Formats: sequence, C-alpha cells, structure tokens
Amino acid sequence: MTPISKIISQRVALGALTLWIVSLIVFAGVQFLPGDVATELLGQSATPEAVAALRKSMGLDIPLYLRYFDWLGSILRGNFGTALANGRDIAELIKPRLFNTLFLAVSAAVISVPLALLGGIVAALYRNTFIDRAINVVTLASISVPEFFVAYILILVLAVHAGILPSLSDVDSETSVLGRLTAIALPSLTLAVVVLAHMMRMTRTSIINLLGNQYIETARLKGLPEWRVLVRHALPNALAPIATVIVLNLAYLITGVVVVEVVFVYPGLGQLIVDSVQKRDVPVVQACSLIFAATYVLLNLTADILSIIANPRLMHPK
Amino acid sequence: MTIVHGPRMLKSGASKLASAPLSAKFGISIIIIYMLAALLAPHLAPYGEAEIVAKPFEPWSAQFWLGTDSLGRDMFTRLVFGARNTLGIALMTTTLAFSIGASAGLAAATFGGWTDQILSRLIDVLMSIPQLIFALLLLSIFGTSIPTLIIVIAVLNSTPVFRLTRAVAIDAAVSDYVEAARLRGEGPIWIMTREILPNITATLVAEFGLRFCFVFLLISGLSFLGLGIQPPTADWGSMVRDSATLITYGDITPLLPAGAIALLSVAINLVVDWFLHWASGLKED
Amino acid sequence: MVKGYSFSSLTALSRRRFLQSAAGAGALAVGSAAGLLPSLAETATPKKGGHFKIGVGSGSASDSLNPATYTDSFMMIFGHALHGYLVEMDRDGNLVGELAESWESSKDAKTWTFKLREGVEFHNGKKLDADDVVASLNHHRGEQSGSGAKDIVKGIEEIHADGPRTVVLSLKGANADFPYLMEHYQLPIMPAKDGKADISGVGCGGYVLDKIDFGVKATAKRFANYWKPNAAWFDSFEVLAIHDVGARTNALTTGQIQAMDRCDLKTINLLKRNKSLEITSISGTQQYVMPMRCDVSPFDNVDVRLAVKYALNRKQLLDTLLNGYGQLGNDHPIASTNRFFAKGLPQREQDLDKARFHLKKAGVTNLKVQLSASDAAFTGAVDAAALYQQDAAKVGINVDIVREPADGYWDSVWLKKPWYTSFTGGRPTADWMFSVFYAADASWNEGHWKNPRFNELLIAARGELDDSKRLEMYTEMQSLCREDSGSVIPVFANYVNALSTNVGHNKIGSNWDLDSFRCAERWWLTNV
Repeated sequence: MTPISKIISQRVALGALTLWIVSLIVFAGVQFLPGDVATELLGQSATPEAVAALRKSMGLDIPLYLRYFDWLGSILRGNFGTALANGRDIAELIKPRLFNTLFLAVSAAVISVPLALLGGIVAALYRNTFIDRAINVVTLASISVPEFFVAYILILVLAVHAGILPSLSDVDSETSVLGRLTAIALPSLTLAVVVLAHMMRMTRTSIINLLGNQYIETARLKGLPEWRVLVRHALPNALAPIATVIVLNLAYLITGVVVVEVVFVYPGLGQLIVDSVQKRDVPVVQACSLIFAATYVLLNLTADILSIIANPRLMHPK
Repeated sequence: MTIVHGPRMLKSGASKLASAPLSAKFGISIIIIYMLAALLAPHLAPYGEAEIVAKPFEPWSAQFWLGTDSLGRDMFTRLVFGARNTLGIALMTTTLAFSIGASAGLAAATFGGWTDQILSRLIDVLMSIPQLIFALLLLSIFGTSIPTLIIVIAVLNSTPVFRLTRAVAIDAAVSDYVEAARLRGEGPIWIMTREILPNITATLVAEFGLRFCFVFLLISGLSFLGLGIQPPTADWGSMVRDSATLITYGDITPLLPAGAIALLSVAINLVVDWFLHWASGLKED
Repeated sequence: MVKGYSFSSLTALSRRRFLQSAAGAGALAVGSAAGLLPSLAETATPKKGGHFKIGVGSGSASDSLNPATYTDSFMMIFGHALHGYLVEMDRDGNLVGELAESWESSKDAKTWTFKLREGVEFHNGKKLDADDVVASLNHHRGEQSGSGAKDIVKGIEEIHADGPRTVVLSLKGANADFPYLMEHYQLPIMPAKDGKADISGVGCGGYVLDKIDFGVKATAKRFANYWKPNAAWFDSFEVLAIHDVGARTNALTTGQIQAMDRCDLKTINLLKRNKSLEITSISGTQQYVMPMRCDVSPFDNVDVRLAVKYALNRKQLLDTLLNGYGQLGNDHPIASTNRFFAKGLPQREQDLDKARFHLKKAGVTNLKVQLSASDAAFTGAVDAAALYQQDAAKVGINVDIVREPADGYWDSVWLKKPWYTSFTGGRPTADWMFSVFYAADASWNEGHWKNPRFNELLIAARGELDDSKRLEMYTEMQSLCREDSGSVIPVFANYVNALSTNVGHNKIGSNWDLDSFRCAERWWLTNV
C-alpha cells in the first residue's frame, strides 16, 4: 500500500497547485470579459457617475493584483468572502446549492452506474446479437439528442401527459427527503439518460477488448460459463478504463449540468456560476470554480487509485 | 494519432467491407448519404440557406417538403445545409480534439516522469474548470465565430481523450511486449506508434464515435445558453433548440434535426462496433 | 359560486372574441385585448385567499432586496408586492396617489409638495411619515450612490419634510412630469432608521417578506394591516425564476404555477388551444430599436437614414418576430398608449422607391453597412437583421450582419457601434423617454443625435404645465424623431402573458409588464 499513500500525498499537493492555477485562470478570465460587475449590475441604467460610485463601493478601484492577493489571503484563512453584487456571505450562498447539486448528481449516478455496468456486461455477453444491437442503438440515440431535448420529452411524457412527476424541481431547505426525491426524479432521469450510454459502451468495449487474452481462453477451457468468464476474469482487468469513464461522468454530473438545472429550475451550483459570470461577480465565480475544481481533483485521484489497485503491475512497478 | 493510421485502415477495411455485417453496411451507407448531402447541399436544397420563402410554420407540402420553420425558411433546405455545417464542424472539432488529446496522452504514458507530470497537471487544470464555464469564458472573450467555436470545443474535448489515452496507454506501457521493445532499444516514437498505439486503437476508436456525439451535444448546449453557432447558419443543434418547445404541443418538427443527429450517431457507432469486432476478432483468431 | 361562474364564462367569451380578432386582424387586434376587458371589470368580484404562484423569465443569484439594484422583473414584481410607492399608475394609465394623497407644484413647476396618506403602517409596525419618504429618496442620491435610479433623482435639488405628512422637493429645473418619476420601480418608500432607509425588505405593501432565495424563488404573506382596501387578495404570493420559456410553459400547463410572463410567441397559437389558460396581450411601451449613429459615416447623412427607414418591412417583422403580438413602430419612441402620442403622424410603410430616392439624393448607389446584432438586445434581433438584409438588398443597401456575443453586449456594442440592435422597456412619460434616449446631452443618446430644434422643444415642454401646448410640442418632437433621428423603431412589442383561468383580474395596466408589476396586489384566485 505504500505506493498508494505516496501517490495520495503527492496528488493532494498537486491538487492544491491545480486549484491555485485554476483560481488564477478564472480570475484573469473574468477580467478579460467586457464590462465589470458595476456595469453589468446597472445594465441599461449605467450612467458613468453611478458606475463610478458603485465601483468604488465594491472596491473595484483597487488595482487588480491587490484584489487577487486580498482574495487569496482570505481564502487561505477559509473565508470565501462576500458576493459583490449583493454583499451576501458566499459560504452561506453556496452551501444549499452545493447540497442540491451533490444530491442530484448522486441520484443520477445511483440510477446510471449500475445500469451502465449491467448493460455493458450484458451487451458484451451477447455481443453482436440482437440484444447487443438494441441496447446499443437505444443508448446511442439517447445520448445524441441534446439533454434539454431529452428533458422536454421526459416532461411531456411523465409530467404533462401522465401527470405523475412535477416538471419543476421546486425544492428549498424545508422540503422533505421524499419531496426532494419526487422533485428531482425527472432531472436525475434526464441526467442518467445522458451519461448512461458513454459508461455502458466503455464497459462493453473494455471487456470485449480483453476477450482475446490467454487467461480468458484458459478460463473458458476450464469450462466456466461465459458470464462468469466476463464477470470474474475480464471485468476486473477492464476496471481501469471503466473507472476513468465513470469518474469523468461523475465529474460531469456535478459540474456540467447547467442546462438541466435551467430546464427544471433546480437551484444548483451551475446556475449560480453562470449568473455570476454574467454579472462578473468574481468572488462567487472563484468560489464555485474552486469547488468544481476540487471535486474534479478528488474524483480524479479516486480513478487513479482504482486503476492502480486494478492493475497489480502498476502497484509494484519494476 | 489514429488519424495517421486512417488511410491504411480504410484500405484494408475496404476489402473487409464486402464481408461486413448488415449493420455496418447500413452505418456506412448512412454516413455516405450524409456526406453527399453535406457536399452537395447547395445543389440539393431547393432554396437558400437563410432565405425566407413563406410564412412561418407552413405545413408539409409539395412545395415545402418538410414545411417551414419559425421564420418561414424551408425546413428541408435547413436540414440539408445543417448536414454540411454540423458534420463539418463536428468532424473537424473531433479530429482536432483527438489529435491533441491522443498524442499528448501517448507521450505522457510513454515518456512518463516529468513529461507525464507536466502534461497531466496541465490537463488537470483544464479539466477541473467546468466545461461549460470554460466555454462561456472563452467564447465571451474571443467571440462565437465558427473557427473559435471549433478550437474551443476541440480543446475542451481533448482533455478527456488525453485522460483515456493515458490510462489505457499506461496499462499497455507496462506490458511485456513494450518492455521487450524497450530492451531491444527501440526509440520512444517507435514504441508509441508501433507498440502502444495498435493496442489501444480499439478503445480510442470507440471513444471517437462517442466523442463525436458529445461535440454535437456541447454545441447544442452552448446554443441553449446563446453561445453556439449563431443564426442564420443552419446547424442541427440550434435547430433542435429553436423548435424544442414545439414538442410540448406534440409537433414532430423538432424531432427531424434531433433524429438526423441520432441517426448519424447510431450509424457512426455501428461502423465503430464493426471495426472493434474486427479488431478484436483478429486477436481472437 | 354563482359569481365565480359568471366570471369564468365571461373570460371564456372574451378570450374567444379576442382569438377571432387576433386571427383576423393580426397586429390591430392587440389593442382590443385591453379594450375588451372593461366589460369584465364591472362584473368580476375579487375573492380573498389562496396561494398564487407566478413564473417569470428573469431573476438572478446576484439580485438583492435593495431597491436601488432592482434590474429584472423578478425583483420588480416582488418589490411591488412588498412596497408602496408615492404614486401609482392605475389600470387606465392615469397617475393616482398611493402613499401620497395629493400633490401640487409651484407655478414654475420647480417645487413639488406631496401630502402623505394617513394611517399607513410598515410591516415592522412603524407609521409612515415624511422622514421615511425623504430617507427613501435620499437613498438613491448623492456622490456615493451607485443606484440605478441615480439619473432619475439627479434633478432633485433638495428634499425636506414639512411636518409629519408633507414632503417638499425643489428641483434643479422645471419638470411638469415630476410626479410620474415617483412611480419608478426603484423608488419604493422604505421606513427610515436613524435617518437612513431600511433596505431589508420591510415595506408598507400588501405582502410581508417571508423567504427569498435570489434567482430561485421568493414568497410573501398577506400583510394584515395593509391600508389599501380591495387589494392584495392572496393569502400568500410566490414568484419563481424560470428562465427557460419551455419550462415556464410546462409548469403552467401542469398546474405548478398559475401565471407566466413572456410567452413563446413562435408557438403561442398552439398554447392558445389550451382551454384552461388565458393569454393576455397588452400593448405597452417596450420597443425594438435599431439605432444608427448620426455622428459617423454614412449615417451622418439624413438621406441615408431615411433610406434605411423606408427599406424596412415593419409588417413582416411584426408578423414574424412577434407573431402579430405588437404594434408597428413609426421611428419615434412614444407608444400609442401615451397621452402625448402624435395621432396624426402617418404610419411609415416600406417604400422601396422612396428608399432608392433618398439613397440617390445622398449620392450613394451601393451602400455597404454593418449591423451589429445580438439576441441580447431582444429575442429575434439577429433574425430581424437577417429579414432586413433581404429587403435592403433590393434597394442597394448591402447589410453585413455582425453577430455580437450576448455577454457584455450592453457594454461593448450598445451606444458604441455605428449601427446596432437595441431594446428599451420604455418610460411612462414622453419627457422621460426623450430625455433619456434622444436629448443631445443624454448619456444614452442611442443615435448620438443632436437636433437643436428638438432639444429646444424638450426643455420648453418640460416646464410647460398646459397640456394642449405640450401635446403640440411633443407632436413636433415625434415628427422630428421620425424624420431625422438615427433610431429605426420597427415595432412595439406587447406584454404577452399566460394565466390559468382560475386567475381573476380586471383590465390589465399597461405601464409595465404583469399589470404594471402589480399583479400580486390586483389579481385574485377564483377557485378559493
């Protein structure tokens, strides 16, 4: 296990470095956008005097690098600061939304990951038969349709016609767990449909890819049934690419669901960061980006560790 | 890197085509039809790409085969031109993404050490900024012209390609045959292209088919946020977006461009499957 | 129940009549929607109770309760539920007192005295007095103010309370329309706390703030001690921010909300088939504009500007972009609902010969111009540019459409490019509208237009208290805009909303969207 703990500590250090670079890039990126928070907030009522006064009240007259170091200093003390636009505490602002985002991502993953593994194995087992093709075509068709369209169709069928699920994911801090699950049923289904095919196909491909190997042949010659050959012998060896793909999709479920949030009016982090980029509210954008980046770094680390565990040759490098 | 091998594979693939299963033939014919439509768009389409020819939402008729869209442009014309724009953009973007991602991934896996560290950290940084936010920033700064769109989406999509390539290539890089090649004193380029690449091609090709779909998705997702291909250029993603609300009223118009995308994705992946089967079949025999 | 029944049958009837006229006459039908409803007003009896949920296509995580920062309809509607204003525009477009009982001006229209209503209570129990009004207006004034309403209150020289119920304002220059400014959505009256306005959401409106999650939703409960009789009918009121129009429509058709704003005009004919919904279409002041900058070539030549104006097919834009839900624009910014609207001006039509004539007069045969367009200006702006491009080509104007990114549009394109697409929600008075967008020294003089006669009239009309003289002056100014200014104004867009038939209302005000932002106070539920 030593190599793993070494890798973990290395990665955590590198993760911190990544986060720092991300914060620099995002900070610079937002500065490059036309306008700033004062002009965006005032919009069409931005007279020069009002903009100047607003800039001053938000501390935007301070030089750029000083503002960055200010921000960096407070973040290192664990303080996200306050939103420029309305002076709200960013930690307070983010907390419920982060929870919503994670809740949705987890429910979508709970639906899609087992289905993807199962579907992938079944497709590999019955490869090139009708079942394989049917699974294939259905999943492909589902991912090649834009996610908002998947959402509209699910809404049409399950909300408008059948009337069994709400088309709006109207949740707040007082919503019960059951209410929450009902509210996010449609968005998590939509997301599950969106990520399912990728994971399923990767599972299938990775397994089939290994079937030519000798140990599979050996297992078959032992007279094991085909499904056991796949699950016990091929699957463990195919775990590295499968884990990578699953992790990528999990990261997507957390960071990339703005469109689904918009369609279902779900108060997650994606909508917050888009709003904040549009309003040039740098501290909020920074805070959200860091959370997203940290999520990604952590998931990434998990994938790497899984790959190492799955491949003993990596565990004990020569 | 798969691109380097493209022609050779096509050539040997052609002889295999005759013996290909029905699904692959179907996929190939669909792709050929799409490519023809894309190439011959101005000749096939009865009207101009952005030409307003009638009232909005005309029903299907002999004059307007698939009716007209919300501005009164011929739907069939838009679909045909959409093939050209969408296919062209998606293909270029995916190819570019693979050239960047796969070569970097291979290099990282083969050289290891510092090369791997630097490349991996760079990609980590790129990937840890959420795609849509990154696209939002870049497109807001550089504008939404088609070349910018292609480059931005290609860069965004090259990162997962890198990750995947590196993951499978590292697996391959510690295998005995690579070890043997190293001991033989082969150079890193040789090891990359002759030893590792052929062994990971299957995974990469499978990814290519999917990545191609994702590019569509990202483009239409961006158009949902107002940053995709700008009107009046016809592309299927934006066409779905423009008419998506119609589906609520049971109108099938938005299904046409969506169906066009889906059919193409299925066709591409049927061909990819056949290729995979053939590739693994060679090993099995 | 009997009353409820007769009400809903009336609604159904008026909707049917509206549909017929809309189908038959297109653009002309629009005004009649408002015209049909008064018959309803006499019979409709509001009911108390229920929870009203409305979905609007705006709202942002960066909103705040500070009225100085209200920029989207989400906060404007919610602000009108929480707060009272000095004055109010009634449903027929007349200015009436709200917190102010009456007002009068000095002869020179430079000093205005507002008499406050008695017995008005804030949600925190405080009684309204003159200090609250002074503090509320001062909140937007002064060097330090970053308020969006700064420009509106900058004409105020001094404010003071004269006793507990009288506020005296002296202005820097004469302004006959001053009371209208007090209706502005960013100027609610808040309770004073140590001489400063309390911006925590405490107001004296019909509803008390319950919960607000900016950019998501906000709820308020009926204020038991609300002073206004026959208003604020709901037990509770909720606004949801639903940006995607498809999502809004679905939420309405599945009954998750009872009203939505900004219907999708492309598919509105399909939505109309839904028998449990009522579509309201109110012609207001919001207008699509394509300003040409009069200080850059080739638009510095008035004949080029006229050629551009004559080449435009307004009817086509109205039908295609708005599906008929709007009114034709006449290249001046005054809406037909305004009391100083110039009725005599002929409607400008597409006239390709005149366009060619003016082009020739300008000495150009083949004009190449760039039009910067983005849907950030208005939905369909790029489509509008594409439509215009086809017409303009016929007279020899080659329009090159530059598609500008939506993000940052108001900062980098608006007022800056030679020719661009723009939008304004309009202003309640002619003076206000002209002063903000057309006066030579206005910071948002969209066309960089400097017409001496126009600016002279603007000052004169502002200080004139005689309405018939003002009408004369404003008519001339509208004509000047039409003939000389850089603004192409093809259409005025209606406020098109969809309501569940359970929502009762009288004639809907046209000052702003959603019954002049007062739907929470004026509407009721018929099924409670």
